[in-house]
Amino acid sequence: MDFVLQIINGLHVGSIYALIALGYTMVYGIVKLINFAHGDVIMIGSYVVLLSLTELHVPFWIAIIVAVVFCALLGMLIERFAYKPLRNASRITPLITAIGVSLLLQNIAMKVFSANPKPFPNVISGEPFQFGGVQVGQVTIYTILISVVLMVLLELFVLKTKMGKAMRAVSEDAGAATLMGININTTIAITFAIGSGLAAVGGALYSTAYPIVDPYIGSMLGLKAFIAAVLGGIGKIQGAMLGAFIIGITECLTKGYVSSQLSEAVVFAILILVLLVKPAGILGQNIREKV
Amino acid sequence: MNVLKKKIPSYIVNAISVIAIYLIISQLVWIGVINNYYLGIIIVIGINIILSTSLNLTTGFLGQLTLGHAGFMSIGAYASALFSINANLPESIEFYFALLVGGICAAIVGILVGIPALRLRGDYLAIITLGFGEIIRVIILNLDFTGGAKGLFGIPYATNFTNVFFIMLLTIYIIWTVIDSRHGRAIKSIREDEIAAEAAGVPTTYYKLFAFTLGSFFAGIAGGLYSHYILIIDAAKFDFNRSIEILVIVVLGGMGSLTGAILAAVTLTILPEYLREFSEYRMLIYAVILIFAMIFRPKGLLGTSEFSLLKVFQFIKRKVIG
Repeated sequence: MDFVLQIINGLHVGSIYALIALGYTMVYGIVKLINFAHGDVIMIGSYVVLLSLTELHVPFWIAIIVAVVFCALLGMLIERFAYKPLRNASRITPLITAIGVSLLLQNIAMKVFSANPKPFPNVISGEPFQFGGVQVGQVTIYTILISVVLMVLLELFVLKTKMGKAMRAVSEDAGAATLMGININTTIAITFAIGSGLAAVGGALYSTAYPIVDPYIGSMLGLKAFIAAVLGGIGKIQGAMLGAFIIGITECLTKGYVSSQLSEAVVFAILILVLLVKPAGILGQNIREKV
Repeated sequence: MNVLKKKIPSYIVNAISVIAIYLIISQLVWIGVINNYYLGIIIVIGINIILSTSLNLTTGFLGQLTLGHAGFMSIGAYASALFSINANLPESIEFYFALLVGGICAAIVGILVGIPALRLRGDYLAIITLGFGEIIRVIILNLDFTGGAKGLFGIPYATNFTNVFFIMLLTIYIIWTVIDSRHGRAIKSIREDEIAAEAAGVPTTYYKLFAFTLGSFFAGIAGGLYSHYILIIDAAKFDFNRSIEILVIVVLGGMGSLTGAILAAVTLTILPEYLREFSEYRMLIYAVILIFAMIFRPKGLLGTSEFSLLKVFQFIKRKVIG
């Protein structure tokens, strides 16, 4: 029974990681940039939800929508001012900028909200569900449901809509996409907006599970989500989901059976193993570089 | 032969000025103009110069972003501190063995971390070193022999101005000779265009790993100097912010310029001391520096050019005489 419980916990954190990993993988797919600031967008999202709940006293779902809108705008803002001027620069330049943006968000949060952790109110309460002897909290059920719905919506968006088609085209070949009349700038901005919006949802759901918000929650969360994206095959949307669930379950099993402190080291070891054995990730394929 | 002839005046000028700097500072310490507080700052400057020139090797010359330089520093600091606490060697040589142990340990870890990341093309080193920096902190906190969260005590005091100064010189000299050799040109060719370098026969993985390991080695040495200077070390002294501080030095000084990194290390060690009242804004300012430097002057203040004393003298001579 304990094992089943750990698996369910793994699915719970895994679905949060998946929402965040999607942002990494979409941005990487389209501009080939590891967006280090993504983790801190999650943190900002958590704070926005927290403030909406405690200051504005709105229901949880409205708080999430507020956070999604805020973070989507923030994501577009970051892209416009920090990454767009560097689109043609050497690879290392936007990477350093991304680190700078990440630090900036973290320090602004520290100045505005102070470094002390703030408690997150209990928003999803109620009787846990019973599944043949296994108790599953409502938070877990809601988290998994919300994530799955969002992932299906995203998949539909990318596959069925015109904007989704444009995103796929830009990530395949930006130059050719321009020639076909696709507005690259809009497409990239929308990608950042969607990724950051999903991160906000991820941050909100993460805070319901671990009800403490501080300016640093984003860094480790972001790192794990990024590892999930690499594990699944960076640039691939299904890969991010698969990788996130694997990471989530591994982490919970390590916490449950080995040691809670080592769980991060284990996740990190997975990254190293993946890079050694299958660098393109589980679902990624090796693309030959053309010169 | 011609090349050597051209270099000799520059070597002589540099050697003389270095000895002059050393003599002036040590005399000032002797007569008491430089008190212990300023001497401490000078020692930290020396350590920061070692850290930034070694980071410049990977980030500036090789073009791979490293976000865990403080992690390698911590390995060097702990390894060398544990060595001097536990080994019973004569005092005069123990410190240097301890530094070597620290450097070698950091280099070994550098190889282990570097192999998975550097075989691949892309930015994996950034993320893997970022993760490594976090993990090594957690590991240090949870081990017994590192003292855990309480920190490691009882490190003998061994770092002083003279040995920091000469180890710093040795570091700069070694990194400079590497950069100036065919190995250095191979490393720089990877930064410019990895595919072209590979096509031209440069073993890219080997050189990437070589530069990264050498950088980690010197980070370990710097860590050893640091631990024998502040005497109590704990994991929090080597966090992500420390790595960022070193990165800011390199970015501001010029990615791919040793002298730029040295100048920036001096400036960015002294400035925070004078701006103590703004110290809570320090990381905020560093973040803004990183972003603006990248957008407006991505090569850093000096870019890839080097500051040369000889050229300064020649310039002055031209102005004064001609």
